[in-house]
Amino acid sequence: MTLGNVLEWLIKGLVWVLILLGGFAYLTYYERRALARIQVRIGPNRAGPFGLLQPIADAIKLVFKEEFIPARADKLLFILAPIITLTPALVITAVVPFGNEPFLLFGRTITWQIADINVGVLYIMSIASIAVYGIVLAGWSSNNKYAMLGGLRSTAQMISYELALGLSFVTVILLAGSTRMIDIVEAQRQGWFLLLQPVGMAIFLIATLAEVNRAPFDMPEAEQELAAGYHSEYGGMKFALLFMAEYDKMIAICTIAAALFFGGYLGPDLSGLPVVGGFLKYVQGPIYMFLKVFILLFGMIWVRATLPRIRYDRLMAFGWKILLPLSLALIFVTACGILLAQDVDPLFRWSIPLASLVAGFLAILGMYQTLRRKEHARA
Amino acid sequence: MDFTLILFIILAVTAVATAAGLLLSRSAVYAALFLVLNFACVAVFYLILGAPFVAMAQVTVYAGAIMVLFLFVIMLLGVEKLPKGDVLPWQRPLAIVAAAILLAEAGFLLFERARTSSLLALPGAEANTMDSLREMATVLFNQYLLPFEVTSILLLVAMVGAIVLTKREKGEPA
Repeated sequence: MTLGNVLEWLIKGLVWVLILLGGFAYLTYYERRALARIQVRIGPNRAGPFGLLQPIADAIKLVFKEEFIPARADKLLFILAPIITLTPALVITAVVPFGNEPFLLFGRTITWQIADINVGVLYIMSIASIAVYGIVLAGWSSNNKYAMLGGLRSTAQMISYELALGLSFVTVILLAGSTRMIDIVEAQRQGWFLLLQPVGMAIFLIATLAEVNRAPFDMPEAEQELAAGYHSEYGGMKFALLFMAEYDKMIAICTIAAALFFGGYLGPDLSGLPVVGGFLKYVQGPIYMFLKVFILLFGMIWVRATLPRIRYDRLMAFGWKILLPLSLALIFVTACGILLAQDVDPLFRWSIPLASLVAGFLAILGMYQTLRRKEHARA
Repeated sequence: MDFTLILFIILAVTAVATAAGLLLSRSAVYAALFLVLNFACVAVFYLILGAPFVAMAQVTVYAGAIMVLFLFVIMLLGVEKLPKGDVLPWQRPLAIVAAAILLAEAGFLLFERARTSSLLALPGAEANTMDSLREMATVLFNQYLLPFEVTSILLLVAMVGAIVLTKREKGEPA
């Protein structure tokens, strides 16, 4: 380990954190504009051209708001909670590769990845599992019953959906035969895992929506029931940090989803183009990554605009009775398919998506049987 | 002094400090949070020893799942603050005696080891097995298959037991 190494990590980490912070500001703008279009409105369009300065105006407003700590709140934890919430959102993407073409800078070979570790997927899993602390501590330290209920709800919800999330990671690990992120992306050269394991991808996206408390799983801040949930007592920059954490988590999970199921930095090779080809050879990976994240983010906004909030008992029943058994079945299906493809015929590889689609269909049938509204059920 | 040694000293001090904080804190929530920090320190120790899988499992299982449930129970029961003074007055002298015996035992073993063989030498071959997830899985599912299965059945029994104990029979009042 040399000074150069440490400097390289520091600079890469700093650049990525700055991208995430800028990304947060413009993701709020993106979301407001897209939601407005879906609801046949115009959205913010006053500050600057097309309203592009709106996030900056919002930031200035939040900075100058009064910092407020409720009486009898636990001061230390009340201040720490937003920081604890934001940190996992910033560090979780450290293992995601953004390109495969290293470039030379100041005599060093720089890769498009902050940390290339052999347990990359497990790192993501462990950071995701500690992300719950910030919200539960924010709820508890506020000394407010609505905030407390929001915090407790979020704990139960995130722990329940973490199981399905972890098992959907397992299907990817099985398909790639590695837990290293760059191996997983390279394994998708023959076909994105979206095609091989479509139901696994659906489970991943649903479970991550629940993990980041986005609609339709925004239980911890259900306005009609809990005022604003775990951040009822927060204002000014402390609220901005919690807000930032939510949007940075959205960016993070879309980045991870792109790497695990949508081929990461892979895409049509543009390095043969005249004039710009030599440059594109290096930056096409990050560009594809950005496009995929942009499209996935639109998906999340679209879901928020479309679906109403799911009731709490159904949320739990859906996580434990539908998603968990389905993801276990998918692991079995994937393992069988890989064994058949290895020992009998490579064509059996395509039995994985077929069998998993059948399993997904059965799960939807089961959902209809157990979760639908029953007449006269309230006895 | 190399980098790993400096890291180790910082971590060791943090680990001991958080353990002391866990014991001395009068607030159950703070005690639980100290324990989380302690688990995080232990996870980094595993990383230094070249066992990244165990480190990540430590964070995911202990810090991420078990301690969250601890916090959940503490907050639900509303037992955040301990009352002043000892609840069990005979406990303290007994604990001091037991701790002294444990410390003497550990010290004896340490000096005995130091006299006979290399002190605190890293187990070389095993450390390499822990490095690779694939090799670790091979050892776990071949050499240690029976203990693995027995452990999983034990966990299943505990899980079923917990559900049976808390489940309300049909028609039984709440």
